[in-house]
Amino acid sequence: MSATQQSTMDRVHKGLAARYRKEKRFRLFGLSAIIMSLAFLVLLLGSIGAKGYTAFLQTEILLDIHLDAETLDVENLATANYGSLVKRAMLDNFPQVKGRRDKRELSKLVSTGASFQLQKLVMSQPELIGTVLSLWVPADDEVDMFVKGHISRELPESSRRINDKEIEWIDQLQAAGRIKKSFNATFFEAGDSREPELAGIRGATMGSFYTLLVTLLLSFPIGVAAAVYLEEFAPQNRLTDLIEVNINNLAAIPSIVFGLLGLAVFLNFMSLARSSSLVGGLVLTLMTLPTIIIAARASLKSVPPSIREAALGVGASKMQTISHHILPLALPGMLTGAIIGMARALGETAPLLMIGMVAFIVDVPSGFSDPATVLPVQIYLWADSPERAFVERTSAAIMVLLFLLLTMNATAVILRNKFERRW
Amino acid sequence: MSPSMLVTVVLALSTLAFWQGKRRAFALSRQASTTRMHSRPGYYGMLTALWCAVPALVIVVAWQSASDPILTRIVMDGVREAKGALSPDQLNLMINDVRNLVSGSIYSQNVDPVLQLAAKRYQSMMHIGNMAMAVLALSTALGTAYYAYSRIKPTLRARNHVEMAVEILLTLCSTIAIFITVGIVLSVLFESIRFFQQVPLTDFLFGLKWSPQMAIRADQAGSSGSFGAIPVLTGTFLISGIAMAIAVPFGLMSAIYLSEYAGPKFRATVKPLLEILAGVPTVVYGFFAALVVAPLIRDIGLSFGLSVSSESALAAGLVMGIMIIPFVSSLSDDVINAVPQSLRDGSYGLGATKSETIKLVILPAALPGIVGSILLAVSRAIGETMIVVMAAGLAANMTVNPLQAVTTVTVQIVTLLVGDQEFDSPKTLAAFALGLLLFIVTLVLNVIALYVVRKYREEYE
Repeated sequence: MSATQQSTMDRVHKGLAARYRKEKRFRLFGLSAIIMSLAFLVLLLGSIGAKGYTAFLQTEILLDIHLDAETLDVENLATANYGSLVKRAMLDNFPQVKGRRDKRELSKLVSTGASFQLQKLVMSQPELIGTVLSLWVPADDEVDMFVKGHISRELPESSRRINDKEIEWIDQLQAAGRIKKSFNATFFEAGDSREPELAGIRGATMGSFYTLLVTLLLSFPIGVAAAVYLEEFAPQNRLTDLIEVNINNLAAIPSIVFGLLGLAVFLNFMSLARSSSLVGGLVLTLMTLPTIIIAARASLKSVPPSIREAALGVGASKMQTISHHILPLALPGMLTGAIIGMARALGETAPLLMIGMVAFIVDVPSGFSDPATVLPVQIYLWADSPERAFVERTSAAIMVLLFLLLTMNATAVILRNKFERRW
Repeated sequence: MSPSMLVTVVLALSTLAFWQGKRRAFALSRQASTTRMHSRPGYYGMLTALWCAVPALVIVVAWQSASDPILTRIVMDGVREAKGALSPDQLNLMINDVRNLVSGSIYSQNVDPVLQLAAKRYQSMMHIGNMAMAVLALSTALGTAYYAYSRIKPTLRARNHVEMAVEILLTLCSTIAIFITVGIVLSVLFESIRFFQQVPLTDFLFGLKWSPQMAIRADQAGSSGSFGAIPVLTGTFLISGIAMAIAVPFGLMSAIYLSEYAGPKFRATVKPLLEILAGVPTVVYGFFAALVVAPLIRDIGLSFGLSVSSESALAAGLVMGIMIIPFVSSLSDDVINAVPQSLRDGSYGLGATKSETIKLVILPAALPGIVGSILLAVSRAIGETMIVVMAAGLAANMTVNPLQAVTTVTVQIVTLLVGDQEFDSPKTLAAFALGLLLFIVTLVLNVIALYVVRKYREEYE
């Protein structure tokens, strides 16, 4: 008897060290899973940050442009040949360059945007004509990449997009102090462009703004109304059950299916304007409604019944109880839910591809029916572009998008902490 | 008068009606000192405003949605008389021409005079119709407002009427969820049926070749498109499988650590950080997958002497897995926390270590919930679009080799539908058939998952 007990205890003791080792190992697995996940996050954000931060600077070249009165006819400033002025100024920097090909290559170091910049300047200040103007103009994107060190000079000439001669010219310009890097205002002020150095996110940001405005204006009132009905009025019947099941299912349906709905209903059936932020907003409304309804219901549920009973007790009608007491108390929670829903809508891409918001749009949209694109779609479009400079700009656009999302989520957290009441 | 202008005028009238109604109610309450008003004056105002705005707006909306089809029909009847019999295609073409003439987007001079006449007729009828509608709407607004105004009496139960109207509005808003579902089903189903009229259902479900090309000429090379969904589905499940192989262990272990081992402070900092992974837009993950992960995997593969496609399923699946980690972990966390403490205490009392308790007691108890959360995660993975669009391939290879490029349902939908499309070719309709498939698969997964989770919760509460 005692012998068997002894052996049981022995067995326990013998196994104990191994079991503790197992315990330790299991715990380590858990911790390393978390650390790995966080490492992924750091890698993701880090690689985008490392790729993108240089896009906030833009290489510029100083040109001494002679605005001669011959080329610039005062009567017809809009159509004058500004390109040739820029070209001549560039060639003036390198009097030793001869030959058509070399000359053409040299003038390509400057962005095609330089002539538009010059045109704008001359048209606003015609008195400049006849003078020599020292002007910083944007460099071409390949030059930009080279100056920022994204193109290594160690590479063989054939495998880089900038040749030895051009590197020599850039070195000369740099030695003469004619190249500088300054803040890339174009990136925040311009619409999309095929030229990376002229492309900006303003068009996409405004498109996102209009789209989200439509989404907010539709989904918040409808979502709150639906939540109020389901929480306060809905009788226990088949219809209510059906609505609840639908809301839960819609919250889990892939977003691209909403895009198909938008394409079939809003574009083909109702023939609304393609690519417009109105249709984009409508599709995102359908997508965010379930989120907002669920959040609003949770927020209504958290208002204690004593408030309701007190209001009803002093003779308020049900509608008065809700509109005077419950809604104001539940509003911060509803707003938090709405902001989180909006943040999700801001990052959404797939359904908008379906309704044609993926077009190349240069103009900044100025209304709900203008063709527009949104920030995530712009990121998608740029990510597809072959130019090396667009990688940098894509990353920068992602940084802007993440910053906006962070701001929205932080607002939601602050709102919740400030107004949340524990009953 | 333009419709938006008309709506503004009606709304302005309705505001006016509100003030008039309110004033009259005030006057009545002062004058009739013996009988008290049933409701507060504001409610009388609101009732008058509602009576003013709602009927008029209904008229405006009805005309807006009905005018174009009716007028087109009348105009095209005229055209048909002039032109004789027309095939439906020709008719559609002419309708488009007339539309463009009306909106002024055809500038050429040599337009068919019959069509020009039709466009003119359309324009003049539209003009008359709009005028008539404006007059009708405005007189209705005034008339109904006057009717409501004249009914304001102390005995009128204005508050109840207004509340009834608001309740109807609330009910309508809540039924929108049903309409969205019905809309999704109908729009996808309708186009899919048209697709299945041209491509047999069995070819679609069991076909082994996917190449959605349609011939423009009959003798063109590769003229016959084939629409077998199996390779596309294989690709989808391959990528989702890789994603789940990443997300389930990482997510589950994170959830276990956070709920069983971590202190409150660690939990409070790490949980939001993990949630950030879920908050990053998918297009960002796609960019990351295409630009960082895919080249990395290809280089690693090359150093082992393997040829890895630059659009390998592995890269897309890996990144998708990372995206889904917080999804699995937060859902499993909830489920593990819902396991009653008494089960843990019982296990500790028998001398089990923490990990033994987790493996032998908590996980089996939480299993249905965990399965439910994994199913929800699978449906997320299958429906995920941007990562695969940016990082996975377009060619439908039927393979289970994760180093090769495969395509997915969502990628095909996007590639078939982006850009201008014609809506009678099987190529575009195929996208809707794939959408229907996606909808059904995710719906079934969601329903099962929600059912499993709910059933499990009931057991302990």
